[in-house]
Amino acid sequence: MIMKKISGACAFLEALRCEGVKHVFGYPGGAVLDIFDAILDAPDIEFILSRHEQGAVHAADGYARASGKVGVCLVTSGPGATNTVTGIATACMDSIPIVVFTGQVSTNLIGNDAFQEADIVGITRPCTKHNYLIKDVADLPRIVKEAFYIASTGRPGPVLVDIPKDVMKSLISFNSPDKVCLEGYSPTYRGHHGQVRRIVSTLLKSRRPVIYAGGGVVHSNASKELTDFARMMRIPVTTTLMGLGVFPAEDPLSLGMLGMHGTYAANMAITETDCLITVGARFDDRVTGKIDEFAPKAKIIHIDIDPTSISKNVQVDLPVVGDCRIVLKDMLGDLEAKTREIQDLRKNIEPWLSRIDTWKKDQPLRYEKSSAIKPQYVIEAIDEIAPDDTIVATEVGQNQMWTAQFYKFSRPRLFLTSGGLGTMGYGFPAAIGAQVAFPGRTVIDIAGDGSIQMNIQELATVVQYNLPVKVMILNNGFLGMVRQWQSLFYKGRYSHTALTISPDFVKLAEAYGAHGLRAREPSEVKDVITEALRIKGPVFVDFVVEPEEDVYPMVPAGAPINNMLLV
Amino acid sequence: MRHAISVLVDNEAGVLSRVVGLFSGRGFNIESLSVAPTLDPTKSKMVITTDGNDQVIEQIKKQLNKLINVIKVVDYVGKDFVEREMILVKVNARAETRAEALRVADIFRARVVDVSPFSYTLALTGDKDKLQAFVDLLSPMGIIDFIRTGAIIMEREMHGRRKSEE
Repeated sequence: MIMKKISGACAFLEALRCEGVKHVFGYPGGAVLDIFDAILDAPDIEFILSRHEQGAVHAADGYARASGKVGVCLVTSGPGATNTVTGIATACMDSIPIVVFTGQVSTNLIGNDAFQEADIVGITRPCTKHNYLIKDVADLPRIVKEAFYIASTGRPGPVLVDIPKDVMKSLISFNSPDKVCLEGYSPTYRGHHGQVRRIVSTLLKSRRPVIYAGGGVVHSNASKELTDFARMMRIPVTTTLMGLGVFPAEDPLSLGMLGMHGTYAANMAITETDCLITVGARFDDRVTGKIDEFAPKAKIIHIDIDPTSISKNVQVDLPVVGDCRIVLKDMLGDLEAKTREIQDLRKNIEPWLSRIDTWKKDQPLRYEKSSAIKPQYVIEAIDEIAPDDTIVATEVGQNQMWTAQFYKFSRPRLFLTSGGLGTMGYGFPAAIGAQVAFPGRTVIDIAGDGSIQMNIQELATVVQYNLPVKVMILNNGFLGMVRQWQSLFYKGRYSHTALTISPDFVKLAEAYGAHGLRAREPSEVKDVITEALRIKGPVFVDFVVEPEEDVYPMVPAGAPINNMLLV
Repeated sequence: MRHAISVLVDNEAGVLSRVVGLFSGRGFNIESLSVAPTLDPTKSKMVITTDGNDQVIEQIKKQLNKLINVIKVVDYVGKDFVEREMILVKVNARAETRAEALRVADIFRARVVDVSPFSYTLALTGDKDKLQAFVDLLSPMGIIDFIRTGAIIMEREMHGRRKSEE
């Protein structure tokens, strides 16, 4: 059979179809004109035009976090490509599967400082899981397939594929390879069985165990196994910022988040535990505080798919490399025959659980009521009013920490936040991506007046596609988290953290054709939230909140995590 | 502790940059590096010598393995291996040092690869210590130019077998 030859641009779209891609976020430009021309004839692939390439990458990232599918982004060469870097680094730090396609100048011009040329493969080498420059159209189907495979398997992460303009124009008989063949890449999914058995026996001998769960539980879809495991053994669970939702926040065994702004109970439990079961987390400095005094009394168990995460920051006693879900299942399997030991453990744990309850009761998350709107109250009100399956994105800073503390996430993939890189401006476009993935669900971005202005141009996107994202701005007139540090550690010298000039967010939303609402009094908060959720289209809500509210508890950077500043 | 690590990689543009970037991005120093294609021209082998405590080296090896284009990583510490480097030294060879330079070259079995009325250029292969001793002896005569390759390494095959036969 003689196959019809198609252009590289058409082959690119065909390769996306082979991967089941339905949505592409991006921005056109000179070097990708051929692909954009072909997109007009591909009604099965919906293209969402952002207003800045950074917005497109974050949207692809939010799409991936909310749906578990690979997010796809397509931009042009040069500035289009460099504008994606922050978004790629954000996805890389949080292990999010996205594939970013960038246009490139023609192969004969590469290296010539051509118009809109940037060495994006060189620039993104340290912040992608892998990246490619397609030099020959014959390699295109294989490379696209590999890109999706690498992004979504093992420890997920972003992959960038750079496509020169002449490659898009070259002709090819499209033939997608059946399978991926990468000699240097084969992630370990099944944990070492002997090691799994050792973990179980160590755990059964413990008296004060704690589970510390992170984003890896989300990526491996292991929330159910983790919850079953914790409930069966009655082991308390604390999660990282990335792990929020993998264990129901309302469960009596939940300790909430640990670390710098973690709960008192979580941080005390880590300090006192004799057996720390780490699942899909990486001992980030915002979690551990002073590393030498992190879980000082514990045997540390670490389940992670990435060998480089093991004993990177904290020396681990019992590591196992594997997929969290598979390893937890193996552990549950190993425990099946051990009903007596489990009962003993449940009995032995009693004093530990009551100690934890005392910590919870003595030092709950709390805030002082006042005549001004408290930002924490806004979060609680949103949690109360919004439907159970609401997806919540945040920006970065105080808005993010208050959401992590006061919003009770019942399951994974409801909370989208830039944990590792801490990218202000992430939340709004990420919410857009989540809304595209789930048009029927409520999607909220909890923002600050600083962060929201970092990608505010995406207002045009939500209006154009009628994406009913609700943006809740906790407007305190400050870069609040930086101000808080200045207040606590820099003698209250507020250097450039007061945002004295900001737009009127209500009028701004209206100028773009969205709705704008405002609340000035605590008594207006719930009504405004209800109204925002009732409106069919996108809404900006401006909550004028207490200007100098701080996030507590707080562990000063570099201090041990049981050394908390309380309210 | 000094480690020699061999890294088998895909022979593609940018792979060296990935490997080196992994070191520099973490503030690890590469002491020496050599790289060339293997018998299979689609693959290259690198030998990297570096310095670091066990934890640093362990992390380097894991990070290398994590790179998609890296196929195999071998650390030669604790293994019995043959190591070779090569140097070219251009040394002053005026009347008073001319004979001495040749004598030193002869002792080390270095080859004279270029001669001028005022200098010899000597080539020598050997392990790190041998090359260093050679350079130390030539130094008083005045070294005009000097260049050295990175180490290449191969594990000894016979040693283990002989041991078990004894």
